[in-house]
Amino acid sequence: MDDHRAALNRPQGWFVAVLAGAPVLFISALYAWPVATLLWTTLRTGTSDTSPFTNVAAIAWFTAWQAATSTVLTLVVGMLPTYVLARYSFRGRRALMAATTVPFVLPTVVVGAAFLALLPESWHGTAQAMIVAHVFFNLAVVVRLVGSMIAVIPHDLVGAARTLGASPARAARLVMMPLLRPALWSSAVVIFLFSFTSFGVAKLLGGPTHPTLEVEIARRATQLGDVSGAAALSALQLGLLGAVIVWSMRRQRRAALELQGATARRRPRGRRERLLVGMVGGAVGLFVGAPIFALVSRSFKVGTGWSLSAWTQLGRTEVRPGAGLGVDPVGSIAASLRFAVVAALIATAIGFLAATAISISPRLGKLLDASLMLPLGTSAVTIGLGMLITFDTPPFDWRAQWWLVPLGHALVAVPFVVRAMLGVLRAIPRDLRAAAATLGATPIRTWWQVDARALRRPLLAGAGFSAAISLGEFGATTILTRSGTETLPIAIGRLLGRAGGLPRAQAFAMATILLVVTTAIVMASGTQERLGPHGHDDA
Amino acid sequence: MVTMMLDVVDVDVRFNERAVIDGLSLHVDEGEVVAILGPSGAGKSTLLRVIAGLMRPDSGVVALDGVDITDRPAHLRNIGMMFQDEQLFPHLDVAANIAFGPRMRRWPSAAITDRVDELLTIVGLSGFGSRHVDRLSGGEKKRVALARSLAPRPAVLLLDEPLTGLDRELHDRLITELADVLRLTATTAVLVTHDGDEAAALATRVLQWSDLH
Repeated sequence: MDDHRAALNRPQGWFVAVLAGAPVLFISALYAWPVATLLWTTLRTGTSDTSPFTNVAAIAWFTAWQAATSTVLTLVVGMLPTYVLARYSFRGRRALMAATTVPFVLPTVVVGAAFLALLPESWHGTAQAMIVAHVFFNLAVVVRLVGSMIAVIPHDLVGAARTLGASPARAARLVMMPLLRPALWSSAVVIFLFSFTSFGVAKLLGGPTHPTLEVEIARRATQLGDVSGAAALSALQLGLLGAVIVWSMRRQRRAALELQGATARRRPRGRRERLLVGMVGGAVGLFVGAPIFALVSRSFKVGTGWSLSAWTQLGRTEVRPGAGLGVDPVGSIAASLRFAVVAALIATAIGFLAATAISISPRLGKLLDASLMLPLGTSAVTIGLGMLITFDTPPFDWRAQWWLVPLGHALVAVPFVVRAMLGVLRAIPRDLRAAAATLGATPIRTWWQVDARALRRPLLAGAGFSAAISLGEFGATTILTRSGTETLPIAIGRLLGRAGGLPRAQAFAMATILLVVTTAIVMASGTQERLGPHGHDDA
Repeated sequence: MVTMMLDVVDVDVRFNERAVIDGLSLHVDEGEVVAILGPSGAGKSTLLRVIAGLMRPDSGVVALDGVDITDRPAHLRNIGMMFQDEQLFPHLDVAANIAFGPRMRRWPSAAITDRVDELLTIVGLSGFGSRHVDRLSGGEKKRVALARSLAPRPAVLLLDEPLTGLDRELHDRLITELADVLRLTATTAVLVTHDGDEAAALATRVLQWSDLH
C-alpha cells in the first residue's frame, strides 16, 4: 500500500517513542508486573495452605453456573427488545435505546443496591437475585451486538424464505438464526465473562452464602488476610477466563457471513406490529425503571414511614452520640470525587499519548493497543490484588499511598479513552494531513494542527467516561482501599451490610447520588452512544 | 403444470398517507407472461410484494383462480418471487438455496435432489451445487435466484427487475435464456421492469404502469 510513502510526511520514529514511553511504562508497571507477581506468588507458595479443594471447586462451579444461567436468560429476555429496536422506527425509540444502555454504565454497587431495594427480603442473598441483576446489567450487550447484526439482514431475505413456503417461525429459525449465530455467540461470551467476574452485584446480592470466585478472592484478601490463598484463587480464575476466551475464539474462527448495507428501519405496520412495539417498550421500561425507582424511593423510607432523615443526616458519622457509624458519607463523596478527577487526568493523558502513538505507527501500535486492552479482560479484584502484593516491599511500598487507588481506576479506564480517540483519529481524511504538509507544515506541526485538534471532543468524552468508571469502581478499590479514604461505593457497600433502617436508607441515598452523578457525567460527555465497551464496533 | 390465473382488483397501498398504488387492477391468464413497464420508484415492487403476500394492501383484493387470497399469509400462497437483488441465503450453498422451497413443502429428499439437479441444468449451472453463493458472479447469482424461485413449482412467478445490474452482453444472453425457461416451464409470470426491450423479449403481453390505474 502507500503506507511507506505517506510515512514521509509522518512524525519521525523518536517522536513515536517519546509518545509511547509513558503508556508502555504505565501498563508494564501497573498491569504486567502485578499479574506476573501474582502468578509467581502462587507458583512459589502453592495452593496447599488454602481451604479444602472441594470448597474451592464448589465455588468455581457455582460461579460458572450462575454466569451461564445469567447469559442464557439475558439472551432470551433481550431477544424481543433487540429485534424491535433493530427493525422498527417509532416515537420513543431513542429513549428505549437509552433505557437499555443506562444499566450497563451504572456502577455495579448501584445495580446491587437497586435490586436490594426492589426485591423482597427473602430474595436477598440468593442466586436468583444475582442472576436477575446480571440480566438487567447485560441487556445492553445483546441489544448492541445482536441488534447491529439484525439491522443489516435485509427484510427481503426473510421475504424470500416466506415466498418459498416458510412460515414466520420457520423463516426465523432457518434464515435469521443462522445469520445471527456469530453475534449471539460473541454476546454470550461477553455476558458470561462479565457475569463470571462480576463483583459488586455478586457481593451485594449473593451475600456471604453464595460467594463467587471474585467475592471469595476479595474475602480472603481483605477479611481473612489470606493473601496467598487469594492469589491462588486469582490465578485459577485467570486460567479459567483464559480458557473460555481461547475456546470461544477457536469456535468463532469460522468465517463470519458478510452482509452489506444497513436496512432502513421501518415504521410498524398494522395493529399486531404496533402492539408488539408498544408491549416491548412498556416491558423494558418497567424492567429498567422499577429497580431505579425502588432505589430512589427507598432512600426516603426509614423503617416503615416516609422520612427525609437519610438525606438530612448524611453529614453525621455517628448513629447516636458515642456510637460511630463506621462510615463517613460526606467524606466518602469527597474522596470519590478527588479520585475521579485524578484518575480521569491520568487516564486521559495516557490514553491521549497511546492513541496518538498507535495511529502514527500502525505496526507497533497494534501491540500497544492490545496490551492496553488486557486490563479489560482481567477481573477488577485480580487487578487490585496484583497491585497490593506487588507494591508492598521497599522501595515500592506504596500500599499506604492514596494515589494507588486512582491509578488502578485509570488502568481500567485507559482502554475506553484509547477507543474513543482512535475512532476519531482514523476518521481524519489522509488528504487533510497531506494538505497541511503541502502548505509547508512540518510533520509535528501537521500533527498538532490536524490530529490534536480533532481530539478535543473525544478527549473530553474520554475524561468524562474515566471519571464515571472511577466513581463506580468497586472490585479493585475493595482490595486497595485504606481506612480514612473510603470511596462512595465502598461506603455504600459497608452501609448495606448494616442492620437497621437508617443506615440502609442512607446507603440508598448515597447510591442515588452515585446514580445521578454517573448518569449525568456519561450523558454530558455524550459517551453512552459511542463509548460503551462495544459501542464502537456496532457501526 | 399447476400454474394459475391471477387477479388483482382495485388495490390501494399508502405509505404515511401517500398513495403508492391507487386503485390498480390487473388480470393475468394461466400461462401468460405479463410485463409491467414503468419508471423506477413508481411502486412496481410494492405491487409484487402485495401479490406475494409480503405486504398487506390498504384495500383491494388479490385472487388466484378466482379464490380471494388477500388474507392468506405468504408461505401458503405458492407464489414465487425473484428479487431484484437476488436475496440468496448467504449461509447456504447453491443446492441448499434451490432446495429451500421444496424442503418447506416437505418433499421427499430424493425428489428434492432430482429437482435441484433438474433446475441446475435448466439454468446452465450443472455442477455448481456445492458452491458457496458468495463465490458466484453476478450472472450466476441471477440464475440461482431464478432456479430457487422455480424449484417448488409456484402457481405464479413474480420477477422484480430480474436482469437489472448486469453488463450488456450478459444481459442479452440471459434474456434469451430466461425467456426459454419461462416458456419451458409454462409458468404464469408477472415481470416488472423499466427496460422496454427486456419487457418485449420476455413477455407475451406488455402493459404500461400508468395504464393500470
